[in-house]
Amino acid sequence: MIIKSLDPRIDRAALDDESKVGELSGNEHFQTYEVFQQVKRGTHHQHVGNVHAPNAEMAMLFAKEQYCRRGAAVNLWVVKTADVFVTEYQDADIFETTEDKLYRDPNSYKVMDRINAFKARTSKV
Amino acid sequence: MYGNAYIENDGNKVNSILADEDPIKLAEFEARIAAGDKIEPKDWMPKEYRKQLVRMIEQHAHSEIIGSLPEGTWITRAPGFRRKLALMAKVQDEVGHAQLLYSAAETLGKSREDMTNDLINGKSKYSNVFNYPAPTWADSAVIAWLIDAGAIVNQLANSKGSYGPYCRALDRICAEESFHLKYGHDNVVFLATGTPVQRAMVQEALNRWWEPIMHFFGPPDKASQHSEILMRWKVKMGSNDSMRQTFLNMYVPKIWDLGLTLPDPNLRKNEETGQWEYTEPNWETFKQVINGNGPCNKERLAVRRMAEENGRWVRKALMSKTDQYVTPLA
Ligand SMILES: [Fe+2]
Ligand SMILES: [Fe+2]
Repeated sequence: MIIKSLDPRIDRAALDDESKVGELSGNEHFQTYEVFQQVKRGTHHQHVGNVHAPNAEMAMLFAKEQYCRRGAAVNLWVVKTADVFVTEYQDADIFETTEDKLYRDPNSYKVMDRINAFKARTSKV
Repeated sequence: MYGNAYIENDGNKVNSILADEDPIKLAEFEARIAAGDKIEPKDWMPKEYRKQLVRMIEQHAHSEIIGSLPEGTWITRAPGFRRKLALMAKVQDEVGHAQLLYSAAETLGKSREDMTNDLINGKSKYSNVFNYPAPTWADSAVIAWLIDAGAIVNQLANSKGSYGPYCRALDRICAEESFHLKYGHDNVVFLATGTPVQRAMVQEALNRWWEPIMHFFGPPDKASQHSEILMRWKVKMGSNDSMRQTFLNMYVPKIWDLGLTLPDPNLRKNEETGQWEYTEPNWETFKQVINGNGPCNKERLAVRRMAEENGRWVRKALMSKTDQYVTPLA
């Protein structure tokens, strides 16, 4: 049956409620691009999400509409999701020893103790 | 905008749900959630967790996109240029919310094309309220204020859930909803403080929308082991009734404050219990509408079909044969 709507534009479209059109096949909605936004000069770009797009130019257009509708932005990057290399969460143990590497930490260098001990020792002489 | 996820009661299947799962991985998974940690797309997760989340996030995405239809109808007829611009911005936000949510659902392994197909074939649900028409400008005002208010109650709760991509999408969405709420409230206040004709128009819209609003959070949950598990996994973040109470407590006083009435003589706050009392809406009507027999179900899906169909030649022209879809990262 043809749909009767309060909206004259939908009436004019004469849509059939039995129709089966519109079904999608394959990857009709394209691949995805990951979006990185810089909100202010001098700050890092940050991952904010992704968009479906057929190419980088359109990904940029969609990313601007989707992630920069309001609020600040000065720069955008888009990159094909397929081109991003990621670590696996189950391999998180590769980061495990990071905290043990105290020799990378300025606070682990306590020279004053040694200097004071040295001074105490030499002043006695 | 959104209502509470329509989760079927699989009460009897609870044992089989957990029986297939590796007990050690399940324990680690549950410990992670109990510690307040988020689950990310590639993490191990119980099959039921994935299934319910896909269903819920997908329903939410459909609700955003279908929800933009009754409001979109009013863009060309909104009174005044500023309201047209504002409504266009709101509708764009809602469609954007759908995009964010589809992406979150995609990380769980269901493609966007499959989700759209399930929507237009009537297999997936979306929020019941969008199967009602918006016959006057006041209806559009009531939708923007109160349906979005209901959605905010729900989305704020869900943003504290356990699935990382859904939480991140909801954080962005909630930030935009505050504009929708203010915009809707502004429109309702304008009519409610206007001429007698304007007041009558907003009162009638409110009368029309009260039942759908009461339906919005879904029927009272039956206590079941299944919903207990979904609560423990932070998939479901509150009972339908508790969300309805939160909504009533925040918005009924604001409605009454404008000298408007609500079509339920039993609606009142019980000062002793702190709970709102009301007449249960007709849940049979709710069932009828969600199963396809509401006033606009067919129109909504037909419009959605038309959009995909009319856009196809453009997409086909832009598609590249060498492109490979991979699941979005986060
Ligand atoms: Fe909204
Ligand atoms: Fe929304």
